[in-house]
Amino acid sequence: MQFQKRHIGLLIYILFLLLPIYWLFNMSIKTNTEILGAMTLFPDNPTLANYATILTDPAWYSGYINSMIYVGINVVISLVVALPAAYAFSRFNFTGDKHLFFWLLTNRMAPPAVFLLPFFQLYSSVGLFDTHIAVALAHCLFNVPLAVWILEGFMSGIPKEIDETAYIDGYSFPRFFATIFIPLIRSGIGVTAFFCFMFSWVELLLARTLTSVDAKPIVATMTRTVSASGLDWGVLAAAGVLTIVPGALVIWFVRNYIAKGFAMGRV
Amino acid sequence: MNKITNNKAWFLVLPVFFIVAISAIIPLMTVVNYSVQDIFDPQTRFFVGTEWFEQVLGDSRLHDALIRQIIYTLSVLFIEIPLGIAVALTLPRKGWGVSASMVLLALPLLIPWNVVGTIWQIFGRADIGLGGYVINMMGIDYNYSQNPMDAWVTVLVMDVWHWTSLIVLLCYAGLRSIPDAYYQAAKIDGASRWAVFRFIQLPKMQSVLVIGVLLRFMDSFMIYTEPFVLTGGGPGNATTFLSQFLTRMAVGQFDLGPAAAFSLVYFLIILLVCWVFYTVVMNAGKREEQ
Repeated sequence: MQFQKRHIGLLIYILFLLLPIYWLFNMSIKTNTEILGAMTLFPDNPTLANYATILTDPAWYSGYINSMIYVGINVVISLVVALPAAYAFSRFNFTGDKHLFFWLLTNRMAPPAVFLLPFFQLYSSVGLFDTHIAVALAHCLFNVPLAVWILEGFMSGIPKEIDETAYIDGYSFPRFFATIFIPLIRSGIGVTAFFCFMFSWVELLLARTLTSVDAKPIVATMTRTVSASGLDWGVLAAAGVLTIVPGALVIWFVRNYIAKGFAMGRV
Repeated sequence: MNKITNNKAWFLVLPVFFIVAISAIIPLMTVVNYSVQDIFDPQTRFFVGTEWFEQVLGDSRLHDALIRQIIYTLSVLFIEIPLGIAVALTLPRKGWGVSASMVLLALPLLIPWNVVGTIWQIFGRADIGLGGYVINMMGIDYNYSQNPMDAWVTVLVMDVWHWTSLIVLLCYAGLRSIPDAYYQAAKIDGASRWAVFRFIQLPKMQSVLVIGVLLRFMDSFMIYTEPFVLTGGGPGNATTFLSQFLTRMAVGQFDLGPAAAFSLVYFLIILLVCWVFYTVVMNAGKREEQ
């Protein structure tokens, strides 16, 4: 890569992005006395004690496990239902298709605050309150439409002749879909899974409202600690850093498709 | 692409329809139900017609929150869209730098929203945060938990930090789809840097920018978690936006009727703006094609 003048701007911007994250990390390996005592760019005595607190206290680490479980369930549900639907939208005209598509997207536009109370009542009345599946289903509200939207973009990029050839060769629809079509759009599926992961992972409001103890997500655990036990900055920072790690890992896997994915496969 | 008309395609859409209907229509009906009734307990309820709507639409605190929300959303769009385009233009086109920049740029998008709030809560504090410390060192009195203006700027900078990457990634996807031949042709014609941007790069980015503006509009219009963690809506009501106001009304004070009425109005505003914007841009696109 040749260095050009325009890259200076990019470096400044990336510095602006990384500085607050670095500061969080910096705080997570300091002791509380050092955090409150002096302004230091690097910790004098780096310590992993804050991380040890989180990884040994069930009240903390169970939050991570709960979040992982409902995010995982949500990604699977979203992909399984969105794949056939996206295929239908990309290949066929059918009665009400445009309206249905817009209606799906309106759910992405609905402020979660609007649905807060009804969701709480709905899931309480069917006994799903404080379960992982409740949060996973609630997140389907915005993830399923998003998954359909992205997958439809990727599928429209696959020439229709491939479908037709497969049918002429005697493939049934399920067999064609599973053995030919899905491998063709696997990058699209990867990107969609990434987006479902992302939006389910970062959401707080619904996840916090629909859980109390058994399925409490890490993000809710963090807000509780802020208000209740005074401010243990070091542990809070360490918990924050640990929530960034899974995201950073999944970005690494989809890095080559990420730009196209953000454009909903529509470029 | 020519599509075949086939109503059997509905069978493929049914699972999506059911799963979204359960999580969308039933709660929405509940909201509509609340918005026209006065509920004391599950047995005692009265039909009140449009009373809640009138009360909510006449509420001056709500007008303030709405005005704050509109100013905020417009500021977000006016800063993030040009900045996002500018950063996208500086991104390398090939080499190891592409993957590295993609990963670094996408990082803020994958941080849970309350952690974003926490990061800036810490970063902006004068006693323990680098940002607040440096600003105060420069002789500017800065305290986001006391001064409304500082709180406002902090929330805005936080949003720029959090979401500009989305615009960058979208624009970058648009830029990547431009064939090299276009640039070569522009070079032969002796086109200026500005002309290349205006007549080659900008039109190619148009469709992704529509997505970007829509997403940023919707998300900034329902922003809740980040200011909730950072400032809790204060000082005073300086950073109380619509979602914050609504949540306080529904969960804090348990005013179900007005909260439900307000929810519907809120939802309709977002829907209307998105629909208008989408239709206008799509029609403009069609006219250009002809």
